Amino acid sequence: MDLFANLALGLSTAVSPGNLLYCLIGVFLGTAIGVLPGLGPTATIAMLLPLTFALPPISALIMLAGIYYGSQYGGSTTSILVNLPGEAASVVTTLDGYQMAKQGRAGPALTASAVGSFFAGTVATFLLALFAPPLAEAALKFGPADYFSLMVLGLVASVVLAQGSLLHAIGMVVLGLLFGLIGSDVTSGVQRYTFGIPEMADGIGFVTVAMGMFGLSEIVRNLENETERSVVIAKITSLMPTKDEWKRIIAPILRGTIIGSAVGILPGSGSILGSFAAYSIEKKISKNRAQFGKGAIEGVAAPESANNAGAQTSFIPMLTLGIPSNPVMALMVGAMIIQGIQPGPSVIREQPALFWGIIVSMWIGNLFLLILNLPLIGMWVKMITIPYQLLYPAILVFCGIGVFSLNNSTFDIYLMGLFGVLGYIFSKLGCEPAPMLLAFILGPLMEENLRRAMLISRGDPMVFVRRPISATLLVLAVLAMCTVLIPAFSKTREEAFKE
Amino acid sequence: MIQSTKDFWSGLIYIFFGLSAIVIAREYGMGTALKMGAAYFPTLLGGLLILIGAISVIRGFVIRGAPVGAFAFKGLLMVVGATLLFGLIVRGVGLAIALPVSVILSAAASSRFGWKPTMLIAAGLTLFCVLVFVKGLGIPLPVIGPWFGR
Repeated sequence: MDLFANLALGLSTAVSPGNLLYCLIGVFLGTAIGVLPGLGPTATIAMLLPLTFALPPISALIMLAGIYYGSQYGGSTTSILVNLPGEAASVVTTLDGYQMAKQGRAGPALTASAVGSFFAGTVATFLLALFAPPLAEAALKFGPADYFSLMVLGLVASVVLAQGSLLHAIGMVVLGLLFGLIGSDVTSGVQRYTFGIPEMADGIGFVTVAMGMFGLSEIVRNLENETERSVVIAKITSLMPTKDEWKRIIAPILRGTIIGSAVGILPGSGSILGSFAAYSIEKKISKNRAQFGKGAIEGVAAPESANNAGAQTSFIPMLTLGIPSNPVMALMVGAMIIQGIQPGPSVIREQPALFWGIIVSMWIGNLFLLILNLPLIGMWVKMITIPYQLLYPAILVFCGIGVFSLNNSTFDIYLMGLFGVLGYIFSKLGCEPAPMLLAFILGPLMEENLRRAMLISRGDPMVFVRRPISATLLVLAVLAMCTVLIPAFSKTREEAFKE
Repeated sequence: MIQSTKDFWSGLIYIFFGLSAIVIAREYGMGTALKMGAAYFPTLLGGLLILIGAISVIRGFVIRGAPVGAFAFKGLLMVVGATLLFGLIVRGVGLAIALPVSVILSAAASSRFGWKPTMLIAAGLTLFCVLVFVKGLGIPLPVIGPWFGR
């Protein structure tokens, strides 16, 4: 079968000594930084992106992917041990994970999370290998109008899944699209919104915006409530769950994997929704539902599996359609473009070694996580106790040097500062930066496809509803929007994010 | 009166960006729906943003919402200030000076700032960054800058 030939090709790419090493470094660095307080996956990847510029494309992407799931895993560790979710997706893990830790069962909670993540990662990798090729095949038939509608659907979904007010999510998306248009217009060559600044002729860098909006503004936000931080780390006695606990986590891991894989493909903050949905389903159907919130191991296994499955399947739209489904994937798109690869359906055909190498390396990375992290737990615990006031100056200078290295220009450092301020103001006003970042990278793509579609249809906007693919996507977008506007669902959405 | 300051102010920000987008785009040439000029899409987005902003402002008058929390002006000023200063002087004075300066300046924003640990971190980071970024990755930043006559 083709699948196995492809996986074999991927395996031969991924296990070359260099790539294995970069995968290991990525997973290790990702976990280390994910464990550190106050740095989510987006900021972590943005910060470490410049380190990969010198690598060949395949190694760079393997390392970045490793950083991504490493940092997610690191976030789970801190959720369980110190009740501090490193990122939004592991918020639900704190509910039962930390309770277990308080009862002296931190070890089994960590193991449940690691084993669940590994299983979910394995399944999701196979799903990726199975569904990516046909999807990419189908995507080759997409015309400009279909692409435009696909991006509309993606942005609508990111709005629907965003936390907080719907109106502000839409506002941030439109603002992001506008910021994305800064720079030379591809068609006419006109310099747009550059204010005559030569450094802005090529547009503003995505990494610069991400580091400002996520890195810098997060630091300022964390400085607001410094006094609230007090880290009491639960002792880890034994890592091994009991026989009974092993039995109890099998079904939750399976369910979590399925839910997480399905939700991960959706645009927006896929892994957050996945881990939340997995947790609330377990809470409803588990035999031990009374124990939830008081340290149920099911409440750790299910969301952690979902979280990791979602992280993996969120690569599907990025690798096959070239359309990122969350800010992390947007950074991956940015990394591919920097490496000279135009993400999209043709990648799989033109660069099969790269495509399958990344997929297989994901599985290897998950394996590394499983073997590495449990024995290294003592080291991670030490890293958690690094006080934040010593940490953030380091984050700041890494961001500064990293942003500089993008174009060897100090202008990008100023721009990062500006977006730091903007990001902080928006967070104060309750406007989420994630949809904006997604829109930022889609802005120029959307305009280009809109132009082409209109040119082909001779200025007839009906082309978007006349083409079946485009029409279907737009109907889906409208339906997604309706689910939020219908009161019953929007209520559950609010409740979902409240917990 | 304003019921929700968050909605009100974010609405004004949207309107500001939307209006600026449209006004600036007037120089770029609209074109037609068939052959869109450089101004077409941004003007469309700008209009949409103004509409969203207007709804948000109106909502700010109608729907009661949580007030905007206090701004951490000191933190914002020192963290962003340290970033900008780093950009401003790094080429002139070199990494060995600019880096510790911005580490100390930004660290001072914390209420738990202490000279001794900060100096240690600054020294360690400087050494690390010079070795990894300048010597290792070859990022073109001077260690000691030309402002010191080198």
